[in-house]
Order: sequence, then structure tokens, then C-alpha cells
Amino acid sequence: MSIEVKNLRHIYDKGLPTEQVALDDVSFTIDDGKLVGIIGHTGSGKSTLLQHLNGLLKADSGNILIDGVDITDKDVTMLEIRKKIGLVFQYPEYQLFEETVEKDVAFGPKNLGLDEEEIAERVKEALTLVGLDYEKVKDKSPFDLSGGQKRRVAIAGVVAMRPRVLILDEPTAGLDPKSHQDILQMVKHIHATFGNIVIFVSHNMDDIANLSDQILVISDGKKIMDGTPLEVFGKRDELKAMGLSVPRVTELMARLKEKGLDVDQDILDISKAEEEIVRVLK
Amino acid sequence: MSEIIKIENLIFEYIKEEEEKTRAIDGVSFSIEKGSFTAIIGKNGSGKSTLAKNVNGLLIPTEGVVYVNGMDTKDDSKIWDIRQSCGMVFQNPDNQLVSSIVEDDVAFGPENIGVAPAEIRTRVDEALKAVGMESFKTKAPHLLSGGQKQRIAIAGAIAMKPDCIIFDEPTAMLDPKGRDEIMNIIQKLHAEGITVVLITHFMEEAAKADRIIIMDEGKVVLDGSPVDVFEKRDFLKSINLDVPFEAELCARLRKRGIEIPKEVITLDEMVNYLCQLK
Repeated sequence: MSIEVKNLRHIYDKGLPTEQVALDDVSFTIDDGKLVGIIGHTGSGKSTLLQHLNGLLKADSGNILIDGVDITDKDVTMLEIRKKIGLVFQYPEYQLFEETVEKDVAFGPKNLGLDEEEIAERVKEALTLVGLDYEKVKDKSPFDLSGGQKRRVAIAGVVAMRPRVLILDEPTAGLDPKSHQDILQMVKHIHATFGNIVIFVSHNMDDIANLSDQILVISDGKKIMDGTPLEVFGKRDELKAMGLSVPRVTELMARLKEKGLDVDQDILDISKAEEEIVRVLK
Repeated sequence: MSEIIKIENLIFEYIKEEEEKTRAIDGVSFSIEKGSFTAIIGKNGSGKSTLAKNVNGLLIPTEGVVYVNGMDTKDDSKIWDIRQSCGMVFQNPDNQLVSSIVEDDVAFGPENIGVAPAEIRTRVDEALKAVGMESFKTKAPHLLSGGQKQRIAIAGAIAMKPDCIIFDEPTAMLDPKGRDEIMNIIQKLHAEGITVVLITHFMEEAAKADRIIIMDEGKVVLDGSPVDVFEKRDFLKSINLDVPFEAELCARLRKRGIEIPKEVITLDEMVNYLCQLK
């Protein structure tokens, strides 16, 4: 499974006075099994891009090849696309609707037309993957759970589809520090278990640096950068000009350097920063 | 300084079904000085939002007393005075905006307490100016960004001329830019003399307060200046709270033999301090 986006263009309200180019000639490739972070400030076109990847929006021009199949092609059915690509929206817990956790998670697989046994197995697998105790939660009402748990149930609903590409739009927004960390662990765990492509959007640069193999930077509807965390966060000044930031540890190292402390700039985690500062000061 | 909020042995229980009760606040006592900036931190379910709702009379104590400007929140006849003197801004501005036009929304509170129309006009203009949204006064709130909507919600609280504003995770749903805007406004309001109580998950935001109160399982477990609180890194971690990146790195460097005073808690302070060591 790989994703290839070629010259994707999307225009909202085409022909109206409010016409706006949301995606402008965006191209990139994601190889199988990669964990990809997308950053860009509000209104940059990130969410529009995500919606294209699972066929919720139709491109004005350009192609999206999933495993060589062009999903912008009229002959491709939506069911085929959505079997392969699962999209978890922002605040997905607002989408919970069933009486029990088990029924809620089973909704997607049911719509795929799977048999009862297969559905039961997938529900169990999905709830376990998101870090919930299947036996404990399955008969509860999803509305009686805590915020972080609700969100995990909602994500399990998509994971139960066993998507080859899992897309998460700001999965940690609005959570407390503990739930935030739990969700990050969950993303890593799902990725490691399925070996699938995972794409996630976040405003938290520390999370992006910590999780991603590849980072896409979107600004004003254009793809501005595409590279590893070190490559992207090495361009601190360019990111700042776009109103974006770098991880706090990278910011610290950059400022130390500016003030004359000769530290290495290619640092994304706190342990390396600790070693480097000790090295320079001792 | 005099105290604006005084909480004495507060206990609050939610009644779920039949006889089942959940104790959300379990014997909390503290006071908040007029003009101060206090941050309240705690994980989900620690009781911090319940505490805030007890302060402006949205909830009434199961046991104990809450005084706002000397008024007991149990006193029905004072409830409007209490809410006027202690405003509240919630996490999700969509739950707080009531009108289809920005200036009407800001006028809603003053109208309800019977402020004269000319006075309302002045208050609305001033409040919108204070949050930098005066040019949006005839716009529809639903067309604004999250950060802008939150600014309108704050203007609605300011228009009541409160002595104190309680912010309940006002930045949780915002992007970094929106978060900065709101924090700047909160700091500005505090500088102008309004008492600020900020409930947040973000330690970086709490670092801007004069005092941090940490809640866990319905109790106050730590109460002190940001410097004193961040020093208790192991304790914060034990109750599943974040330690700011700066405090974490300083603590690690100290263990490695680099002496950094405990007063160094922000990124700027760290940069300045470390660079002069060389």
C-alpha cells in the first residue's frame, strides 16, 4: 500500500464571489508503513487534504493513487476507498451514537457486510488496540465513559475496519496530559501492530517530532515542505515565517546557539538535549 | 489585599441515580486575593471545573461555604450579584454564545441585569475593544474562528464589569495562535486589575500565574508559586501531571551537576542562564 498524490487542486465555492483555492497543486508520496505527520496552521488546507484522501471531497484536478488505483476515477466505488482508508475526525467522540460500546464499534464492520463472527472478533481487536479492556467496557454506554475513553471508543470504530491507511485529525486536541500521552501510545501501538500507513494532524510539534517518519508542511493550500523531522524542524526560520513553531527542545537549542553556546542544532528530544548541554558546559 | 473568594471546607457531591453519589470535591479550603492571578491544574475528573461552578453559584455546595465578595453562594437573593462580580468563560465558546450578531451577544449579560441602553452601548464597545474584536461587532459569531469566538465570549464576561473572571480551560480547543491570543488577553485583564482564576491543563500557561493550585481527586494537593510547584517534579508526575519541558530539563541538568537556580522556569530564563555559564 502506498499513496501518491499528484497535482491535487481543490477550490471551494467555484465561480462564486467567495471562491477560494484550498489546495493548490499539491503532490507527495507516502510509502507503505510510514507514520506521517501533517502540520499547518488553521485554514492552511490540512483538513481539506484529509477529506480528499478518503474520497469525501472531489478534486477539481489532480490524482490520488492508492496502491496504484486512482480514487479520483469515477468508476471507483466509495466503499472500496473507505474499506482501505479510515478517517478519524477531530473530536470523534461527538460521533458516538449507539447504546453500548460494542454496538458502536461494530457499526463500521457491519456496514462492510462482514459476518457476525468476524465482526465480534474485530470489535474485540479494535477495543484492545486502543487500550481499553474489552470485557469491562463492551456493555457500557459510550456516554458514561470519560472524555479520553470516549475518544478511544470512537477511534476503535475506525480501527475495526482494519484500514490500510488510518488518518487522524488532531487526535489529542482538548485532552488532559495523561489522556494525551495515552493517545500517542495508542497511535504508535496501532501502527506497530498493523504496519499500516498512519497519517495524523497535530498542532503539537513535540508530538509530531516524536512520532513521525515523514512530515508534510501545508501553508496557504500548498505543500511547502516534505521530509524527516530533522529536515523539517531544521528550517526553524521558514516555519516561523509561516506562523508555525518547532519543538520546544529544538527552539531551546537554536536560542542557545544564537546566544553563543556552541550546541548541535539537530536535536528533537530532551535526552539528547541534556547530553549536548552537559557536553558543551563541562 | 482583601480576599474576593473564600472557600471553607467545601464538599460537593453529584447525585447520579437513586442513592449513588460521586464526591467531586472533598473538603477544599482556600482564599483568593483581589487582583491576583491563580491557575488551577488537575487532570480530568480532579474536581477543578466543579470547583469553578461552585464559585459562581452554578452549583451550590453539598457542605461547606463559598463566599464571593463576602456573599454566601447559598443565598438565593445574592445570586445575580455573585455572578455579576464573578464571571465565567468556558472551554467551548459555542456553548456560550447566544446571539447571531457579535455585539448583541456581548450585550446579553448587561441587558439581563437591567443596565441602561446608553450604558450598554459603552460597555459593549469597551469590551470588544479590550479583546481586539471591535471591527467584528456586526458579524455573525458562527463565521468566526475558534479563537475569535472565544474572544467574544470573554467580551461578554467583561461587559458585566466583573471583579473576577474564572476561565475554565479557555484554550483547550484552540490552535497555537488562538491560544496565544487568549493568554495575552488574560494577562492584560489581570494587569488592569481583574482577579483571574485560570483552569488549565497547560503548565506553560500556569507558569504565567502568581499562584498555582493543584487538585487531585477532589482535594487541593499543592498550592504555591510556579517556582515552588514546578520544583515538585516527582510529585507532579506521580499524579499523572505534566511537568513543563523547561522544568524537566533543568531538573535533569541539575542531576548532572550543572547548578541552575530554581527560579529559572521559562525558556528565556534558561537560555540566559545557561549562556552565562560558559
